[in-house]
Amino acid sequence: MDYTIIIGLEVHVQLTTESKMFTSCGTDFGLPPNTQTDPVSLGMPGTLPVMNGKAFELALKTAIALGASITPFTKWDRKNYYYPDLPKNYQISQYDLPFSTGGWLEIPPQKDGSGGGRCSLTRVHLEEDTGKLTHGAGGFSEVDLNRAGIPLMEIVSEPEIRTPQDAKACLEELRLTLRYLGVSDCEMQEGSLRCDANVNIHIDKDGQKIATPIVEIKNLNSFRSVERAIQYEAERQYEQWQRDGKTIKDAPKQTRGWSDPDGITKVQREKETAADYRYFPEPDLVPVVVDEAWVARVKASIGELPFARRKRFASEYGLSDYDANVLVEQGQDVADYYDAVAKATGAYKLASNWVQQDVLRVVKERKIPIGDFPVGPEALADLINRVGRSELNTNQGREVLAKMIDTGEAVDAIIEAGGYKMVSDESTIVAAIEAALASNPKALEDLKGGKKKPDAVKGFLRGQVMKQTGGKADPALVGSLLDAKLAELTS
Amino acid sequence: MDPTRSTAVTLLAEMNSGAISAEEVTRAYLDRIDRLEGRIKAFLHRDADASLEKAREIDALRRAGGPVGELAGVPIAIKDLLCTRGVPTTCASKMLATFRPPYDATVIERINAAGAISIGKTNMDEFAMGSSTENSAFGPSKNPWDEERIPGGSSGGSAAAVAADFAPISLGSDTGGSIRQPAALCGIVGLKPTYERVSRYGLIAFASSLDQIGPFSHDLADTALLLKIIAGKDPRDATSVDTPVPDYPKTLDTPPESLRIGLVREFFGDGLDPEVDAAIREAVRVYEAAGATVREVSLPHSKYGAPAYYLVAPAECSSNLARYDGTIFGHRAENFDPISPAEAELPVLIRMMMASRAEGFGPEVKRRIMLGTFALSAGYADQYYNQALKVRRLIRNDFDTAFKDVDILVGPTTPTAAFKFGEKTADPLAMYLSDIYTITTNLAGIPGLSIPCGLTKSGLPIGLQLMAPAFAEEKLLRTARVFEKATDWHTKRPGLV
Repeated sequence: MDYTIIIGLEVHVQLTTESKMFTSCGTDFGLPPNTQTDPVSLGMPGTLPVMNGKAFELALKTAIALGASITPFTKWDRKNYYYPDLPKNYQISQYDLPFSTGGWLEIPPQKDGSGGGRCSLTRVHLEEDTGKLTHGAGGFSEVDLNRAGIPLMEIVSEPEIRTPQDAKACLEELRLTLRYLGVSDCEMQEGSLRCDANVNIHIDKDGQKIATPIVEIKNLNSFRSVERAIQYEAERQYEQWQRDGKTIKDAPKQTRGWSDPDGITKVQREKETAADYRYFPEPDLVPVVVDEAWVARVKASIGELPFARRKRFASEYGLSDYDANVLVEQGQDVADYYDAVAKATGAYKLASNWVQQDVLRVVKERKIPIGDFPVGPEALADLINRVGRSELNTNQGREVLAKMIDTGEAVDAIIEAGGYKMVSDESTIVAAIEAALASNPKALEDLKGGKKKPDAVKGFLRGQVMKQTGGKADPALVGSLLDAKLAELTS
Repeated sequence: MDPTRSTAVTLLAEMNSGAISAEEVTRAYLDRIDRLEGRIKAFLHRDADASLEKAREIDALRRAGGPVGELAGVPIAIKDLLCTRGVPTTCASKMLATFRPPYDATVIERINAAGAISIGKTNMDEFAMGSSTENSAFGPSKNPWDEERIPGGSSGGSAAAVAADFAPISLGSDTGGSIRQPAALCGIVGLKPTYERVSRYGLIAFASSLDQIGPFSHDLADTALLLKIIAGKDPRDATSVDTPVPDYPKTLDTPPESLRIGLVREFFGDGLDPEVDAAIREAVRVYEAAGATVREVSLPHSKYGAPAYYLVAPAECSSNLARYDGTIFGHRAENFDPISPAEAELPVLIRMMMASRAEGFGPEVKRRIMLGTFALSAGYADQYYNQALKVRRLIRNDFDTAFKDVDILVGPTTPTAAFKFGEKTADPLAMYLSDIYTITTNLAGIPGLSIPCGLTKSGLPIGLQLMAPAFAEEKLLRTARVFEKATDWHTKRPGLV
C-alpha cells in the first residue's frame, strides 16, 4: 500500500460582532430559538441589507494576517437555493470577486518534528451564516434563525495538506491565530468554527499515479474528528479502489458525513448534481472599495501572531520549543502575561516555570481567563525577584503566591503577616543541623555504616533541618552546610 | 370650494389659512371615493376611520398653533407594495393577501412625519409586473377617462386615484415605466426619480436595481413638494445616496438658465400612434416658443432596452420573489400531494413550496420568474444576464453622450393612449412594448417625468416624457414647468361624476 493523502480544507468562521452581517440585530449564542431576529434577518418583504463595517474589517484583518492579497474592488452576490435555513431563499455571499485571494496557513510540525510547513489559500470571502435546522421526531424539522445572518468568513485552502495530523495541526494553528486576532471565539462546539475537508488519495501503482474520487467530509465537530475522519477516509478510499478500481475520472465528488461514535464516514449525497446557485451581483448592496490606506491601517492593528511569537520566545528568551509552545498556545493573554513577567524579571526560564506551573494551574482549575487571575504580571515578577534575591525560598514563594491568589492582598502584607523570611544566617542553620543530628542519631549511623545511600540520608536530614527552621531556611545554604558537617563527622 | 378639485399645494394654503379643516378635506375625498370607487376600483384597502382620526389630529395640532408638517392634512394614496405598519400590504397578490408588515417603509415614515393622511392602499399589477393592472389578483382598476380602458400599470391604482380625484397626490413605484406610463394614460404628472434618490426600504422588491418610488400629482408644484419630502439618504438602504436634496418647490418657478432640448430620434419610429406623435411635436413647438433650442439626438442602443430589461428585471425578480414559498412568507397550499410520479420523488418540503407558489402567484409573475431563472442558469447566464448588463452600460453611455449636448431629453411616454381591457393580455410581448420608451431610463438610473400634453380625438390623455441626467430632478422639474405654465393640459380632468 503506497499512497499519498491529498487534503484541502474549507473553514467557516463566525466573526465576533455585536450585530449581524447585514442588520443591527444581535448575535448572542444560546438564546431561545428565533429570538435573535429582526425584519431584515427574517428576510421580510421590503427589508434591505446594510453591510456591517466592523465585520468587514475583521475579515480584512484576518486575510491580511494570513498573507492574502486584498481585492481593491469587491462586491456581494446572491447565491440562490430553496431551503428554509435562510428565509429569503438566497444567501448573500461573494462569488467571483472575493475580498481576498491567496495567502497561507501555517502548519506547526508534530512533536516528533515530522510534518509541518504551509498550506496555500485559494481565497477568503465573507457571507451571511444560515439558520439552523433540527430534524426532530414526528418527521418535523425545526428552524432556528438566531444564527441566520451572523457574519461568516469562509477560508478555502488549496489541496496541499498531506497527513491527517497536519490537517489537525493546521486547523489548531488557524484557531489560535484567529483568537490572537480577536476576530472569532472559534468554538467548534458552538459552531463558530466549522470545517469541511476535501480528501482523496494518490496511489502509486507501477510508477503511475492514480487519483481516487474526491470526497467532501462534513460534520467534523472537533479537531480530533478532523484527524480521525481523514485517516479513516483515506483508508476507506484505498479499500474502495481495490474493490472497484474507480478513479477521479469515473465518479463525481461525493459528500460524506463523519459519525464520531461509529468512527466512520457515511454517504450524504450520492450523486452530486452540480448545484446551480444562479449567482448574480446583489443589487441591494454597493461594492466595497478597499484602498491601500485602509489595508495599511488594518495591518498596523495586527499584533504579533502565534507563529512569530513562538520563534521569538525561543530565540529571545531561550525557551525550549515545548515551553514556548505551551505559553503561546494558551492564547494571546497568557503569552502577554508571560512576556511581561519575563521582561520584568529577566529570569526567562524561571518566569516560564512560574507561569506554567503556578499561574496556569490555578487558571485551569478555576476556569477563568488570565485577565481575572488575581495576581498581575508585575506582582508575580516582584515575587519572583524576591526569590531571586534570596529573600524567600521557592517554597515560601509558592505559599506567598497562593495566599496572594486567595486573599488578593499585596505581597508585603502577606510576608509580614506570615513571617515569611528566608533564614540565611549560617549560625542559625548550623544550630538547626546539630539539633537535627542530635534528635536523629540513627541517621548518622546509617550513613557511616553504609546501610543507606548517602543521598537518601542527606535528603532526610535536609528535611529535618527545614522542619527545625519552620521551612524558612535557605535550601542551598542548608545543603552546603549539611554537606560540610557530615563530611566533618564521617571523616 | 370643492376640495377634491384641488391640488396638495392649494389645499395646504386653504388649511393653513383656516378656510377648511383637514377633516373636511378628508371627508370630501372619502365621500367622493364612496360614490365612485365602485366604478374605478383604485383601492385594495381603505380605513376611513383611521384617515379621519389622523385628520382630526392634524386639525388639533393646527388649532394649537403647533408646527405642522409640510403635507399636514393632505390625503395621499399609497401603492400597495409600500409597507405600512399593521396595514395590509398585498402587492395585489394572493401570495401576500394576509400580510401586515410590522414596519413602515421609509417613504411612509416620511410622509407620516410630514402630516399626510393615508387615504388607502392602491391597486397594481401583481408584484408590479404589468402595464395595465390587469395582472392584479384582485381585479383591474379602470381609467377614469374611459372606464372601458386600462389606467396603465403597474401603479395603475395610484394613477387612477389621482386622476379620479380620490386624493390629490399618491405614491407609486417605477421599475420600467410603472409611474410614467399610468401617469400618461391617466392625464396626470408622474415622476420616476434618479435611482438611489429615494430610499427603497419597505418597498416590496420586484427588480432591486431598477425599482424607484415616486410621486403622482396633478401638477408639478405637488410633484416638487412630495419629492422633497421622500428624497434623501436612508441608513437602511445601502444604495440610497447622500447627495443633498434641493428645495424643489422653491426653485420650481425659476425657468432653467439653459433650455437645450433633445428629441430622441428612436422614440418616433414604428408603433408610435400618429395622435401621440402630433401631440409631442406640438409640445416641442411650445418649448421653441419659450426660447428653447431643440435638436434631434440619438440613443442608438435604445432598441436593445426592452430585451435587456426583460432579462435583468426577471432575473432579479426570480431571486426577490423566492422567499414567497409558504414556509414563512406567502400563501401556503393546503394540499401538496404529488400530482405526478416525478413529484412523488420530491421531498415534502419542496412539494409544499411548489404547490404554494403555483397557487399564490399569477401567470405573469410565474412567467417572469421562469424567464429570470433561465437567464441566470449556469450555461446561460453569460449569454443572457451578463449580456444584458453589458447592454445596460451601453444604454447608460448613450445617455451620457446625449446629455453632453442637451439639458433635457423629450419624447412620448407611451406609444399609444390607454388601450382597452383584454386588448394585450393574450400577447405578453405587445404588453411589454407599452413600456418601450420608459424602460431605458430605469436601465440608466436617470430620472424620467411624464406630464399631460394633450388629448386624443376620443378624449384620452397623452403624456410627454422628459428625461434628465442623474440627480438633475431640479432641472427636470423646472424645464417641465415651462411647458406647464404655457399650457392648460394639467388642469384637464375626466368627466367623472
